Amino acid sequence: MRYGYYPGCSLSHSARAYDVSTKAVASAFGMQFEEIEDWNCCGATEYFSLNLTAAYALVGRNLALAAGQNGFDQIVAPCSACYLNLRKTDYSLGKYPELATTINQALASGGLSYEPGSVKPRHLLDVIYNDLGLETIAAKVTNPLKGLRLAPYYGCLLVRPELGERVDDPEYPTSLDKLLAALGAEVVDFPLKTHCCGGHMTQISAETAYELLRRLLQNASEYKADAIVTICPMCQLNLDAYQGQVNRHFGTQFNIPVLYFTQMMGLAMGMDPKGLGFGQEFVSADGLLEKIGQEPEEKPGARPRRRRDDKSLPMPKVKGEG
Amino acid sequence: MSERVGVYICHCGSNIAGMVDVAQVAEWAKENLEGVVVSRDYKFMCSSLGQELIEEDIRKEGLTRVVVGACSPHLHEKTFRRACANAGLNPYLMQMASLREQISWVSEDKAAATEKSKLAIAAAVKRVQLHEELEASRVPVNPTTLVVGGGIAGIQAALELAEGGHQVYLVEREPSIGGHMAQFDKTFPTLDCSACILTPRMSDVEVAENITLLSYAEVEDVSGFIGNFQVRVRKKARYVKEELCTGCGICEEKCPKKVVDEIFEAGLGYRKAIYRPFPQAVPKYPVIDRENCIYFERGTCKACEKFCPTNAIDFEQQDSFLDLEVGNVILATGFDLFDCTKIPQYGYGRLANVFTNLEFERMCNASGPTEGKIVLRDGVTEPKSVAIVHCVGSRDKRFNPYCSAVCCMAALKFGHLVMEKTDAEVYSFYIDMRPNFKDYEEFYDRLLEEGMHFVRGRVAEITDAARQPGEEGKLIVQVEDTLIGQQRRVPVDMVILMGAMEPRADATEVALKFGISCSMAGWFTERHPKLDPVATMTEGIYIAGVCQGPKDIPASVSQGAAAAARVKSLITTGSVEIEPIVATIHEEFCSGCRICNDLCPFNAIDFDDEKEVSVVNEALCKGCGTCVAACPAGAITGAHFSNEQIYAEIEGLLLDVISGNGSGRVREPELAEA
Repeated sequence: MRYGYYPGCSLSHSARAYDVSTKAVASAFGMQFEEIEDWNCCGATEYFSLNLTAAYALVGRNLALAAGQNGFDQIVAPCSACYLNLRKTDYSLGKYPELATTINQALASGGLSYEPGSVKPRHLLDVIYNDLGLETIAAKVTNPLKGLRLAPYYGCLLVRPELGERVDDPEYPTSLDKLLAALGAEVVDFPLKTHCCGGHMTQISAETAYELLRRLLQNASEYKADAIVTICPMCQLNLDAYQGQVNRHFGTQFNIPVLYFTQMMGLAMGMDPKGLGFGQEFVSADGLLEKIGQEPEEKPGARPRRRRDDKSLPMPKVKGEG
Repeated sequence: MSERVGVYICHCGSNIAGMVDVAQVAEWAKENLEGVVVSRDYKFMCSSLGQELIEEDIRKEGLTRVVVGACSPHLHEKTFRRACANAGLNPYLMQMASLREQISWVSEDKAAATEKSKLAIAAAVKRVQLHEELEASRVPVNPTTLVVGGGIAGIQAALELAEGGHQVYLVEREPSIGGHMAQFDKTFPTLDCSACILTPRMSDVEVAENITLLSYAEVEDVSGFIGNFQVRVRKKARYVKEELCTGCGICEEKCPKKVVDEIFEAGLGYRKAIYRPFPQAVPKYPVIDRENCIYFERGTCKACEKFCPTNAIDFEQQDSFLDLEVGNVILATGFDLFDCTKIPQYGYGRLANVFTNLEFERMCNASGPTEGKIVLRDGVTEPKSVAIVHCVGSRDKRFNPYCSAVCCMAALKFGHLVMEKTDAEVYSFYIDMRPNFKDYEEFYDRLLEEGMHFVRGRVAEITDAARQPGEEGKLIVQVEDTLIGQQRRVPVDMVILMGAMEPRADATEVALKFGISCSMAGWFTERHPKLDPVATMTEGIYIAGVCQGPKDIPASVSQGAAAAARVKSLITTGSVEIEPIVATIHEEFCSGCRICNDLCPFNAIDFDDEKEVSVVNEALCKGCGTCVAACPAGAITGAHFSNEQIYAEIEGLLLDVISGNGSGRVREPELAEA
């Protein structure tokens, strides 16, 4: 399996843990992630609001580079914002031929061109979940994450926009839930899994962002999650780096590590935590690492036998379960 | 060609004339088409004056063929055939061209539509000259009727027929008749008890001499045609001998295996492995659910057999088959509830206190799992606030675009019941309130007065994630209140999802079996949406109740009665006209290969062993043409659809591209002008 790899700016700076754990996991499964040479910024969330054409040209350059280099037909982005921008650009250039002509004029000045549809931008979670598959992943699990309660957090950019085919249910995605369950963890049915982390609001209107972060942290702690597991460096940064400020602002005492799903995969596959970027987080995950393998106080799963005087009503049967 | 053809172009008011230059088409036909001696256009050909016009021309001009360019033959073919017959012309010497459905209604360019109309007329004129005189035959109608589905619509149809002295077979898939109505507690808007009004009808079915009730049975196979259907019914093994069982219920009491009842109790309650869905079940005989029975699983138990006072248990029973002969069929197969887990953000299946409308019906029912008490999933706590979410899976492009028709009224009914039985506040989250029949609006007014809260807006999410004080431990309904233009979070204890009515999961399969069609959604298609709502395009097959589209009890009952009335008139007439459009095998060309024998979907072809040729049974043949196309020797012709007739029709349609034809390229008039 060979893919063009687009790490994006975050993974070379604030989200290095995501980068190293992604590479470690990918190579363990024999996936070849080849970094796009000379890639540039995807424009993040701002540029598309300021100058649409220039933003498309900026992202179009990355697609053109990917298509040109060894003819990648798929490009993997671990960052949800990068993924969305790549996907949106490929989709829009295909849908609006005039835009494609304009962008190609811009690209031509750098000796590049891009044919819409020739490179398929994909998110890392999509590639791992769909191309590897749960069975392959489960087969590599040597240290199941027993005893850990994990809250899967998707954020808004991966599943929400409808650009052609969908990666998961836009309202209630479950791929990360299933992936974490395959690693042996106890997965929290996290109600806010697609709610916004505030994005760059931390820079513009901190109080707005703090409230959004508080909701997520409060809900995760109500569900007694040992960690929030993310798929996006922006979500991770906001929940992790601003947790202290949220606590100061609201007088709360949240202490929830926020980790990347690739870090959890690496742990379950028996890799050394250091090599997966553990220790780089603001809210320490040391306590969580110690907890792995310990028997939980309450044994989940096994439903107690129905007592004679039990008046409770049966829960609805859900298709595809038990 | 010596035929004298009359061409009649209908304006259909402005339906055709608004898009097609009808006068030009009529004139063109007379000038350009061989054999046309009269060509006229008229405002409404189907009016009696229009028909008289044709009749007069046949008599005066000595017409031997008639072409009518008007609507689809589905609508008026009979009318114009009758007009021809009135004037002494064989009705099958008339051909219709569908200028309305296939041209004017679907065109935007008047010139192009006019040119296309000319070709359609040319096709009909060329074809009709090759028509042959045919004589319709009459076949007797078997007075016995098959009703499929024992819900309220099917029950009504069966009773109406039986009361008229006619034999009925009523086939029901479940162990008891009663359908969804038997699951409900109260019915809107009068709030009379559903069981109280339904069970007398059910016992009427049980005692009616003219009704043979086949419960726990399904139709396997249907063949034949109007008046003469052959139906094969599979009677599933009950493992209970009906002739011995007294319905005492001891077996149910003694059975040690308790399972969740997914059908009658909608998953909210339990039943035994041997069970009757409910105490007033008709028939009274229980069935053993083979998948859950301990004996079938492990080979031991037989508690029911040990305790049965009349030795009615029979573990060796097998499915049996009944071959029935019926004249007509009424389908009343009902609906399935939308699977509410398809909208995961509403939490059904995850959040314990989110219920479906069907679950709530069972909860309200005095003989249901909670004996009528309105409680949370724990079975004991009474809710202090209840949210009712409308349009779950209906009026939603992702699932079903249609309105499910009954949910607004059912929601009002639920609101009333909650307030009557508890002190809870009730919130209804609706898109539009649609209480649209007799006494319904008044019921809405009543609930407004009783203090039910109405919030206009489609619910975005139901969550247990508390954000504000007062939300802890509650279910929070997140919604945009579109009347005040604000987002609201309404914390409640219980949520009821008004799931949509959906066609039965196997509706398309059933439609195929009976040779009728379904809408895109899967509802059975009526012959005409306004004027023939219970007939189908297949003669002798009728539909009633929700299988035709979402509707409430009064409408289902009306359709059941209407379908019965349609059947009664056929029974009274005693015979029905059969179209003479059948296949004929020419013995001298038949090699006896028998390929057609197995292909015929109506089993209408037999093999004559003596002559070693295949023979068509004209009473069974539907004129579908399968054998005509398949015969390797070309020994079969389809009356009214001979190769020559079809080729002539195609030739007419291609008139503008056939070179050397005097009429030229009519599709490009501007070219001709230049």
